[in-house]
Amino acid sequence: MPREGILIEKPLERLSCEQVQQIHDASIEILNNLGLLCFNKNAAKIYQGSGAAVSKVSGSNIPCWHIKIPEKLVTAALDSAPCTVTLGARNPDNALVMRGDEPRVYFITGSETNTWLDVDFPTYVSKADPKKEIKIPEFKPRRGTVADLCDSAHVCEHLETVDGYIRTVNIQDKDINEDNKDVNKYFACLNNTTKHVMSGLTNLKQLDDVVKMAEIIAGGRDNLKNNPLISFITCLVKSPLQFVDDTTETFMEVCKRGLPIVVSSSPQAGTSAPIKEAGILAQINAEVLAGITLGQLVNKGTPVLYGTVPVRARMDTLGDSYGSVETSQYNIDCAQMARFYSLPNYSTSGVCDVKIPGQQSSIERLFSDILVTLSGPQFLHCAFGLLDCNSVFCLLQAVLDNAHFKMIKFFLKSPGINEQELETVKKQIRDVVATPQKMFINYIRPVMRTGEISPPYPFEGEGDSDSVFALANGHLQELLAKPVEHIDRATTAKIYREIPGLLPRLNVYKGG
Amino acid sequence: MSSNIIELIRENVIQGRVTKDDEGIEEGMAGQPGVTELVEEALASGADVSEVISKGLTASMEVVGQKFETGEYFIPDMLASAEAVGAAMEILKPHLQKSGIKPKGKILIATVKGDIHDIGKNIVIILLRGAGYQVKDIGNNIEAKDIVKAVREEKPDYLGLSALLTSTMVSMEDTIQALEESGLRDKVKIIIGGAPVSEEYAREIGADGYGADGFHAVSVIEALNDSE
Amino acid sequence: MTEDLLVKIKENVIQGRKTKDDMGIDESLSGTPGVLELTESAISDSVSPDSIIIEALTPGMEIVGEKYSKKEYFIPDMLASADAVGAAMDVLKPLLEKSNVETKGKFVIATVKGDIHDIGKNIVAILLKGAGYQVIDIGTDASEDKIVDVIRQENPEYLGLSALLTTTMKEMDTIIKALKENKLRDKVKVLIGGAAVSDEYAREIGADAFCADGFEAIKVLEKCQAA
Repeated sequence: MPREGILIEKPLERLSCEQVQQIHDASIEILNNLGLLCFNKNAAKIYQGSGAAVSKVSGSNIPCWHIKIPEKLVTAALDSAPCTVTLGARNPDNALVMRGDEPRVYFITGSETNTWLDVDFPTYVSKADPKKEIKIPEFKPRRGTVADLCDSAHVCEHLETVDGYIRTVNIQDKDINEDNKDVNKYFACLNNTTKHVMSGLTNLKQLDDVVKMAEIIAGGRDNLKNNPLISFITCLVKSPLQFVDDTTETFMEVCKRGLPIVVSSSPQAGTSAPIKEAGILAQINAEVLAGITLGQLVNKGTPVLYGTVPVRARMDTLGDSYGSVETSQYNIDCAQMARFYSLPNYSTSGVCDVKIPGQQSSIERLFSDILVTLSGPQFLHCAFGLLDCNSVFCLLQAVLDNAHFKMIKFFLKSPGINEQELETVKKQIRDVVATPQKMFINYIRPVMRTGEISPPYPFEGEGDSDSVFALANGHLQELLAKPVEHIDRATTAKIYREIPGLLPRLNVYKGG
Repeated sequence: MSSNIIELIRENVIQGRVTKDDEGIEEGMAGQPGVTELVEEALASGADVSEVISKGLTASMEVVGQKFETGEYFIPDMLASAEAVGAAMEILKPHLQKSGIKPKGKILIATVKGDIHDIGKNIVIILLRGAGYQVKDIGNNIEAKDIVKAVREEKPDYLGLSALLTSTMVSMEDTIQALEESGLRDKVKIIIGGAPVSEEYAREIGADGYGADGFHAVSVIEALNDSE
Repeated sequence: MTEDLLVKIKENVIQGRKTKDDMGIDESLSGTPGVLELTESAISDSVSPDSIIIEALTPGMEIVGEKYSKKEYFIPDMLASADAVGAAMDVLKPLLEKSNVETKGKFVIATVKGDIHDIGKNIVAILLKGAGYQVIDIGTDASEDKIVDVIRQENPEYLGLSALLTTTMKEMDTIIKALKENKLRDKVKVLIGGAAVSDEYAREIGADAFCADGFEAIKVLEKCQAA
């Protein structure tokens, strides 16, 4: 049985049916009349061979083609791209089945960050009352390592609201280089979580080794097809409207192998896309459709996710402002567009602008976490533990995020109102009104331990103290101490025999 | 006449109007000459080039900077003004030597190999040009050997390297090593920037400075300029 | 046999089952006798009321208290257990008087004039009964005259006053003044509680203590007993 996710019975939609159609028409017109620039030769060839208008751009210092994509190619791709995409898992109970026509949300971690934030709790003594001691968290940034990636996957394995895992840390150990990064990255993730693992690829040369590793774990090529426990994400389009050479190549290679991949575009409203909602939507939709069309031309029927990471520019630095209100609007709209095409949507929430956990981080992330969840994207990359526009990862924040996602999940349960239920409560009301104390307390008890009543916020302090960070940290330490199910000894041995470049220190069985 | 046109240049820099087609912040300015037209006119009427620069361009960019500091202006305003100053400098360039004005310095800028993200780089270019530097953009996804070649040919005072991805920032280190091997490292000051890099990373790979954003880059370069 | 009954009473206190119709936490107990029935059986088996209290009810409540502080139990569990103990105490009361066993004390409780909010007061009453106090509940909207009458007749050790509203809390002040005028203030300890009042307000009107909730009320009473 795959993971359940959370079904949004009435998804939040901002666009009318007419507006959805208008955006679609505008995107088709952009693709057909304006077209895209393509810096990848093979992609240009494929487009040319399938009837798109392709011409070489003269005067460019790097080879570049201009591609105009006719509507019929897009329509054919939308027909052949599967509505249902399964993301498998090492433990099949953790598989995710995403149907493009069903707004069932899965919460997934994400983004490769350079910086890992350690937390310490030094004690301070109050000036006014020397008997009063306060523990205030201190955050220390440092470069992420492969050991950190293992810890992160380990903790996310135990966070119950995390449905799948995107690597959170860029591994920057001295002995990691371009030729061994991808295999170690995937192995560190796969060995420490039994949930689905998604990542980007650093070096196309390692694709076959990564796929082979997944095949060994899944028990063969066919088993991996049925239970694709890994998937990929590529940002093949650079906004506005340009196919990038290397990521496009990676994208096509993954498509050839039939493994799930996110076609992602991340325009910034104000710099690489129009600032107005209509503009960024028409453009991002055109960009994603161009990518999906390419994928279907490479391998008809290959599973793709409609990936959208729109963001608004900050007005003071022109950096990304994920905490802006518009960013949530764009994401909600994109979920609606994906549903219009019956394709599973990869969406983003919870990304915050602030650099450390605290009130700003809570406000920024909760705002988008709640709203974007309500829009019903199937694959919600919800920035577990991420800070500073996804450039910093902090495990403490991930634990805090898990707590609020539990509340969001509870909130989204169906109301469960029916005739039988109403009969029961009418009797309860009659019975209680007849007693002198008129209290319903006794009726709480039968449901109190069945999960029907929402649990309190787990990091609530005693009295007037705010001890959220300290309590969350206590929980984090428990999770780190709780073992995870690693890949078994024999499979690990086989992986180490057949996959070059794996660091010996990642082998949990060495010496044994 | 001459003081009047300098006043107009100043006004239009503050409004961020490069040409007559641009809108400013105040309404109804479209159609009137912008900074480039006004600078041409000033040259034709024999205005003093150094006065055009100091009173018309530099002083008004300072006003724009102050408006940005106080939150009245946002970065798109700042960029529009910087672009106007950059365009004016381009027109004035042939006249600088004649007037005995020493240009501020030459900067080469590139996004490193593997990376095609150039928005950050493009913003930095506009701001640097607006600050009076001569900037040559060598483009995106530029290999270390090509950067070495450009440094050898152009002999810039500064080299700016940009990367957006965690996977491409390592190309900065390769580029600096290639410059060392070619014996060019000492001839140029290197400033790095981009989302994944940091002050610490700059030190680690032996760059001379790190710019967190376009303004920071300008002030880092000004500081390096002063320290010479 | 006696042992067996006492063990069962204690177990059912922990489960919070007053009568055989109540659900406990352990579903397998449904339909079996609850604390009330078991206490009655014990009495007819001539088990001494002392041992029912000391060996079954009190230790049962202690375990419930521990489970509550460990967050294994929630307030509805605590109340169910306290309610079961209170019911058993009602049955035992006439026997205790006969056997000269001292009760923990008499507690008169009321919601003041103008206020009809009694959930808080009812919860406190259940908890106090469960802790072994004899509780006399005068109900809601109780005037100072009525309270003075009851104090004079019942001669309790404690008076608990409850108010939820900022508009009715001043009645507490009126009641304490009325007690003074009737020379009853020194005969009774006055505890106040309710959302609107505070420690500071208790001091201001000359009450003996403010109790933030039912548990604190019990703690305050235990302190008074020890003093």
